[in-house]
Amino acid sequence: MSVLEIKDLHVSVETDQGTKQILHGVNLTINEGEIHAIMGPNGSGKSTLAYTIAGHPKYTVDSGSILLDGEEVTTMTVDQRARAGLFLAMQYPVEIPGVTVTNFLRTAKTAIDGVAPPIRTWIKEVRDSMKQLRMDKSFAERNVNEGFSGGEKKRNEILQLELLRPRFAVLDETDSGLDVDALKIVSEGVNRAKENTGLGLLLITHYTRILRYITPDFVHVFVDGRIAEQGGPELADRLEDEGYDRFLTESNVG
Amino acid sequence: MSVAPTPTHVPPTQESAVTPTVPTTEAMPTEDQHGIKEHSDGRFGFVPVQTRSDRFKSVNVTDFAPVTGREAVWKFSPVAKFTDLTAGVLDGSTYQVESAPTADITVGWVDRDDSRIGSAGAPEERAAANAWTSFDQALAITVSGEEAKEITVTRADLGSAPRGAHTIIEAKPFSRAVVILENIGDARLTENVEIVLGESANLTVVTLQEWNDGAVHLANHFASVGRDARLKHIVVSLGGSIVRVNPSVRLAGPGSDTELLGLYFADAGQHLEQQVYVNHDAPNSRSRVTYKGALQGKGARTVWIGDVLIGRKAAGTDSYEQNRNLVLTEGTRADSIPNLEIETGDIKGAGHASATGRFDDEQLFYLQSRGITEEEARRLVVRGFLSEIVQHIGSKPLEDRLQAAIEAELRGTEEK
Ligand SMILES: Nc1ncnc2c1ncn2[C@@H]1O[C@H](COP(=O)(O)OP(=O)(O)OP(=O)(O)O)[C@@H](O)[C@H]1O
Ligand SMILES: [Mg+2]
Repeated sequence: MSVLEIKDLHVSVETDQGTKQILHGVNLTINEGEIHAIMGPNGSGKSTLAYTIAGHPKYTVDSGSILLDGEEVTTMTVDQRARAGLFLAMQYPVEIPGVTVTNFLRTAKTAIDGVAPPIRTWIKEVRDSMKQLRMDKSFAERNVNEGFSGGEKKRNEILQLELLRPRFAVLDETDSGLDVDALKIVSEGVNRAKENTGLGLLLITHYTRILRYITPDFVHVFVDGRIAEQGGPELADRLEDEGYDRFLTESNVG
Repeated sequence: MSVAPTPTHVPPTQESAVTPTVPTTEAMPTEDQHGIKEHSDGRFGFVPVQTRSDRFKSVNVTDFAPVTGREAVWKFSPVAKFTDLTAGVLDGSTYQVESAPTADITVGWVDRDDSRIGSAGAPEERAAANAWTSFDQALAITVSGEEAKEITVTRADLGSAPRGAHTIIEAKPFSRAVVILENIGDARLTENVEIVLGESANLTVVTLQEWNDGAVHLANHFASVGRDARLKHIVVSLGGSIVRVNPSVRLAGPGSDTELLGLYFADAGQHLEQQVYVNHDAPNSRSRVTYKGALQGKGARTVWIGDVLIGRKAAGTDSYEQNRNLVLTEGTRADSIPNLEIETGDIKGAGHASATGRFDDEQLFYLQSRGITEEEARRLVVRGFLSEIVQHIGSKPLEDRLQAAIEAELRGTEEK
């Protein structure tokens, strides 16, 4: 049974105005098979947490640790973390000129598994996943995210989630920018991945609407760089009705 | 389609499909952040249009004023680094050439009075004229026979003294061949290469620059493509200090066709330049120009200028040119300038595109976050980017060889 533990995590970022502290002691434990939702106002540090788990070089861990089955993640390179079983579905997926989706997926799969996937089953797997995510076949030959719409980029993230089979995935606002149909398709993809692999999920969102399709086991309210409150799915409903106001002091803007 | 005023000069725009009714204007260059530009042509304000075909030409070096670096053809080049080639005395003697005997292809030296010399074009600048004035004999590669065949002509011992050279590649009517010009070793060379395609000939010319690090190579290729003939011309520049290969193709016969491909990879301190010119001078001619370059390392510099002229006789022309550059590190510069001049209203299509993009830290992060190592990520991006050209070369052994050369380039820069 895998576990991802975040312990008293303090993170800062270099800005033009100097060093800025963003995360002020985050504590969170996710077990394999659990779905945790993190909800919080804009600028509260949700993406910072996601990027820090993935190892984005812009973010500096000042103290605290991230442990994957007891192994320190913060000293690993970005690619080592992915190979260890972590996955980040990005809020703003990056365009990669000159690299087709097919080529990218095969290279990533080979890197993560340590061996190239058997060609015939792999092609079928890719095709099936794309079909289920209602991605046209033509996407396979397009360059990664180049000219994709916002919704298409999100589907492409979930496609990778399904194919790369991580143990833990952080989904950073995968719901934003999706219309209702796309939201359903993407949510189904996430649920499918969970069913097939039993991965643990950290679902970052600003709104509750994705939680209608993906039921969280735990909800955490994220404010000003730390978790301000936690509860079950009912907490999400309360946030839907009340907003974040009661968590915000004057210094915060919701 | 309406008839346009003559000449119409279409300013460079991103991904534009051009119709010949666009008014005559010149775009102001703009720069965005990071020094990455869509079109950086370095011209300021309005420049009077000079039809490309009106440029001064001469085979005599003394007809050209000393090079200052301000001339249109030289303004992107480090001219101070090769005054020996533009102004000095050149060694015009014959040199060692290697090639395997190939049926229906002859390779040999011919005298200056060979009737083919001067039939495909003439110099528009001083280094080319200096070479023309200086050469003793021309290397002639003559292709006949309708069977497909391939020959590699290698120059490996040009030495480091300034040299002028002249080459003729003639494809007789209905002949067919792939001619690979392989350039390795040292060189300080200025040269002209004339390529003449008879009626319905089908010729591929690949010029491969894999010179030693210090080499300087200034080349002008002049091609004349006859009726229904097809020229595929490929410039691959990987090695050398300054490599400037300027292909200029005249689609002289009705129904003539050319595909001009280029692939370059500039490392730290390298200057790789190509000025491509397609002159549509006959009806129903077609051209496709695709050049792709990668830049990596401090001071890596590339220049691409693509001029397309659709002349008055070129009704039914179909033309498209594009240049793409991939910037892998800081401290590089890529200039990319497409120009299109249209003198007839009756064309099938004409368009151009140019873009310079960077491989940045966010792309690297994205690929790494999928388990791919940094080295593999870089290789993936460059290979993918350049493979579009490699795949169109049409000679499997050469494609494999180029792919290996690109891999070596990538490894080389990692080691630095
Ligand atoms: N690279 C950076 N440079 C400067 N400031 C940053 C950087 N990354 C994050 N910040 C700042 O840190 C704070 C938290 O940002 P973050 O993106 O983590 O918030 P978020 O909760 O994901 O917001 P949103 O809901 O808008 O996505 C913000 O004030 C943001 O401006
Ligand atoms: Mg965010």
